[in-house]
Amino acid sequence: MITARLLSGRMTPWDVAFLLLLLAVAMVVPLLNLIPGPDSSFHISAYMVSVLGKYLCYALLALAIDLVWGYCGILSLGHGAFFGLGGYAMGMHLMRNIDGRGVYGHPVLPDFMVFLNWDELPWYWLGFDMFPFAMLMVVLAPGALAFLLGWFAFRSRVTGVYLSIVTQAMTFALMLAFFQNDLGFGGSDGLTDFRDLLGVSLTADGMRSGLFAASAIILALAYLACRLIVSSKLGRVLVGVRDAEARLRFLGYRAERFKLAVWTFSAMLAGIAGALYVPQVGIINPGEFAPAKSIEAVVWVAVGGRGFLVGGPIGAVVVNAFKTFFTGNFADYWLFFLGGLFVLVTLFLPQGLFGWARDRLAGRKGGDGP
Amino acid sequence: MTTTTSILNLDGVTVSFDGFRALNDLSLQVDRGEMRAIIGPNGAGKTTMMDVITGKTRPDAGTVYFDGRHDLRKLDEAAIAQLGIGRKFQKPTVFENLTVADNVLLALAGERGVFANLFSRRLRTAGDDIDRFLRIARMLEHRGRRAGDLSHGQKQWLEIAMLLAQDPKLLLVDEPVAGMTDAETDQTADLLREIAEVHSVVVVEHDMAFVRRLGVKVTVLHEGSVLAEGSLDHVSRNERVIDVYLGR
Repeated sequence: MITARLLSGRMTPWDVAFLLLLLAVAMVVPLLNLIPGPDSSFHISAYMVSVLGKYLCYALLALAIDLVWGYCGILSLGHGAFFGLGGYAMGMHLMRNIDGRGVYGHPVLPDFMVFLNWDELPWYWLGFDMFPFAMLMVVLAPGALAFLLGWFAFRSRVTGVYLSIVTQAMTFALMLAFFQNDLGFGGSDGLTDFRDLLGVSLTADGMRSGLFAASAIILALAYLACRLIVSSKLGRVLVGVRDAEARLRFLGYRAERFKLAVWTFSAMLAGIAGALYVPQVGIINPGEFAPAKSIEAVVWVAVGGRGFLVGGPIGAVVVNAFKTFFTGNFADYWLFFLGGLFVLVTLFLPQGLFGWARDRLAGRKGGDGP
Repeated sequence: MTTTTSILNLDGVTVSFDGFRALNDLSLQVDRGEMRAIIGPNGAGKTTMMDVITGKTRPDAGTVYFDGRHDLRKLDEAAIAQLGIGRKFQKPTVFENLTVADNVLLALAGERGVFANLFSRRLRTAGDDIDRFLRIARMLEHRGRRAGDLSHGQKQWLEIAMLLAQDPKLLLVDEPVAGMTDAETDQTADLLREIAEVHSVVVVEHDMAFVRRLGVKVTVLHEGSVLAEGSLDHVSRNERVIDVYLGR
């Protein structure tokens, strides 16, 4: 009720359309997977449900990036790190859920630890057998890293391209660290061979549909939270940080605190996206920390429309749909296509697909609100 | 330290950039409720002095006190702004992608924390306050426009409206009429005199006709220190001032 009151008058028709679409998708896709038989032309295969679910996770990651980049001017080239940490937290929970059904049959230790001749769980794996604790870590681990990095970077007034480089270095360092077997996260193979979540097998049809619906609903909630932020007075302050940070300080605002808050929140959203992603694709490995992954996510936002909340999700889904098509048919050309797309959008559609389409439809210009 | 009547007290302030002394043992006192004009040729240290007062630049030597008790050398820009020192920049700087009204909304005193802003009700309730400041700055009819679309003079006035909304005890105004037409300059002089009735104001300006119109005590800066001080007529008769302005 409070949310409804807070949001009244703050939602654009696009917001309503996007949220209704998400709700419809959350219901229709699982139903088409579960009810029609495999031979029906309406049937959506379990594989397809997972692919679509993956898109929704990417959409959530793009939303998180759009919040800091589009509204606060922080270009993060390292959001993959937060996505990956959230994914690893979920992966650790799923590993603990294997419960002695691994290849080596050890009652507690995951297979890779048995293989490394470890005798007991490292302390940082404790507690991950409990679902609520693992879910807490999904937001706390990326949140803590973002807070720490942001605390130092924003206080020292590291901005612009320098900050982007720092975020890129952060995800690269994490990638190198997670490749190490000794770190205790499965090295280059990462975490995989998951069995079940909350007592239900991950390969069950109901589970895939459930994860898909959960992804859609969580994306919708995150979208509402972001809309609340950007349409509040805080949203105006963030635009002030983006456009004239020094001016804002002379009005008495500590710009670094505002950046830190929205940056940490964004990292948590990215962590949730990673956690939803892992059970749907069945693996998490250090490749998620690769700098190219983070850059790709920034391209989604640019393609969809930076500075429009729906821009990030639209870009993520459109680009990844192309990616699925290309890697299935012309795998060798995908990177050329992605690079070309980025150049074309930057040159000809500075407001992204959404900004372009909206201007076409309404015959006007400018951002959606501040 | 300082007398209680002065709102701003600079004593022996020195600032060097790579050996160049932008401020050289500068001492200056501004009284509560006073409007002071600061003039001086380019490079006299006017803007550096503003930077020192607002926390952008730290002095190498000397003391800077506000209201007799706040040591401004120890505070950052945001803290100094919250104490009640407002600054208008030489080049008008407004939040271009926000509306005129939202610019003033951000300047309104209070609510400087993250959560205070997230849960702020002012988007709905502050309309009258915003209008009041826009009316004083003669900008009311532009309230819904995007600030980036304003003319140069209008941006200057918007900044003055924002300064007033901050409700500062001391206003620092850097070249308010640079790039303005004569009519705009006259209006701005009237506006500043109105403001000076209830605030302490320091105006830095090149335009002598404008300073004459303000009719206040003048401080002449030269090479980072005070060259002369008094009424405009008094300082314009000063031999050294004539040398500095006309001799080179």
